[in-house]
Amino acid sequence: MEDTVIQVEGLTKVFGDFTAVNNISFHVNKGEIFGFLGANGAGKTTAMKMLIGISAPSSGLAHVAGFDVYTQTESIKKTIGYMSQKFALYDDLTVRENIRFFGGIYGLTKTRISQKSNQLIEELGLEKVAKSLVGSLPLGWKQKIAFSVAMLHDPKIVFLDEPTGGVDPITRRQFWEMIYKAANNGTTIFVTTHYMDEAEYCDRVSIMVDGRIEALDTPKNLKHHYRSESMNDVFLKLARS
Amino acid sequence: MKRFIGFIKKEFFHIFRDKRSLFILFGMPVAQIMLFGFAITNEINNVDIAILDRSQDTATKEIISKISESEYFSILQIVKEEAEIEDVFKKGKVKAVLYFEKDFSKKLVKEHTAKVQIVTDATDPNVANTISNYINSILSNYQQEQNRAITLEYQILPQSRMAYNPELKSVYMFVPGVMTVILMLVSAMMTSISITREKELGTMEILLVSPLNPFQVIIGKVFPYIFLSIINAAAIVILSIFVFHVPVNGSLVLLGLESVLFIVTSLALGILISTISATQQTAMMISLMGLMLPVILLSGFIFPISSMPLPLQLISNIVPAKWFIIIVKGIMLKGVGIHFIWKETLVLFGMTLLFIGLSVKKYKIRLE
Repeated sequence: MEDTVIQVEGLTKVFGDFTAVNNISFHVNKGEIFGFLGANGAGKTTAMKMLIGISAPSSGLAHVAGFDVYTQTESIKKTIGYMSQKFALYDDLTVRENIRFFGGIYGLTKTRISQKSNQLIEELGLEKVAKSLVGSLPLGWKQKIAFSVAMLHDPKIVFLDEPTGGVDPITRRQFWEMIYKAANNGTTIFVTTHYMDEAEYCDRVSIMVDGRIEALDTPKNLKHHYRSESMNDVFLKLARS
Repeated sequence: MKRFIGFIKKEFFHIFRDKRSLFILFGMPVAQIMLFGFAITNEINNVDIAILDRSQDTATKEIISKISESEYFSILQIVKEEAEIEDVFKKGKVKAVLYFEKDFSKKLVKEHTAKVQIVTDATDPNVANTISNYINSILSNYQQEQNRAITLEYQILPQSRMAYNPELKSVYMFVPGVMTVILMLVSAMMTSISITREKELGTMEILLVSPLNPFQVIIGKVFPYIFLSIINAAAIVILSIFVFHVPVNGSLVLLGLESVLFIVTSLALGILISTISATQQTAMMISLMGLMLPVILLSGFIFPISSMPLPLQLISNIVPAKWFIIIVKGIMLKGVGIHFIWKETLVLFGMTLLFIGLSVKKYKIRLE
């Protein structure tokens, strides 16, 4: 268990008399790609917000990278990367300025930032547009840059909230290649998604229905258990029951 | 600290790359002060009037020449018949008609009284009022000159002195008002928009997940506007001194400090607005309807508070602009020091604390 980077025990979030997240428990291992699935309103985003330290749980226990989500949110924030479903770079800053800004707020040194930006720009083949405003780039590129920016400070865990919403299949493919590469380097990936084909790429997936985790296993085992051809069928069977 | 500087740099990029905010920040203050200073004025100048003179004798001629010599009026037309008066007004150019009765001089000498009628176009009541006052004073001037030879038994000679604004220039009243409007607009509206913009774009979430703490984020967003508002306030004061010759009788330092206080009040209001609105449009609507209208209507900027009905007078007390206008008028025109305006200053200070307190509370609820 020394390789566990996220440990959740009976985590619950209540808004008034509505229970958004109902007593969920799971753990995520180091270097794992953990898929966090569920229909809209199932409580995925709420659960994730508690883990990244911007929403206090109502009850239950959770540790992220060894830090407590009640008392050590500042330490959590320094150790994790986050990319939200809304694309979130500044359109009116250039690629380089965005990198410099986000590097800066994570406390990277100047030399480290310029080293990182050069590396990132080269890897993504952005030499020609490094000085263009991000707003003028196609969505697929923006999303890849956003992911790289979330990885800028070498976080132990990256939280991706529906990162591939609205991009074309080819870009989604490339995006997942980046995720694989990060996971191979030992970064843990915690990803929510709507796309069931993407669920197949994950090491393990959990499926949330109405605030509870109804299933949690490798895609292969889940398909076997629910006697389904694809993750899509698994999901539909769970959501309808 | 280094993080903070990077943050502020980014804010300036946002401001300088957005033509609209640049225009609001720097175009508006200059445009407003020029508009209020030159175009929107209660003074009259070269108003076209018409004359209907049924006597055409020495007295009427002297009066007419006095009127046409003044810079306020120019005689556009001579009317012959009473019936024509209406036509003259309908054409729209002439704002007043002066109608001397028959045998004006004769009656003046024999009966000691002669009549002249001032008919004004009161579709614009303020202008009509001013015109009629000006003509009245020219007439009474003439009367005094005529009576100089005769000694009256007793006589009341009112001597009015217009303290602090001897020439009754309306720009004296507009400068403090415009300054207030601009500072309010730039500080409250621009900050509330820029904070809600981050919310709308989803970058606010990213910032909150970053190691920056929420208060650093807010202060970082607000800081550039403090700086720009101070520049704006200085620009308005410089313009009013050198273009409109409005004096600053009191201490410039005090004026500066009070302006900074008001800027902080407005920023706090802006933050409060941003905590209750989810989109830039909402923030803008709330700022415009909730701030601009009271600032213009209820602050004493244009309409005197003392002549409002009691409920409105009471409401005006919660408009921060009211207190700032009193302060600015006091310092610029009356040249008073802090011991005359400490109460107003204290009110602004209290309001600022209240707004900051409320925003912190709201902001925390949001973060829950």
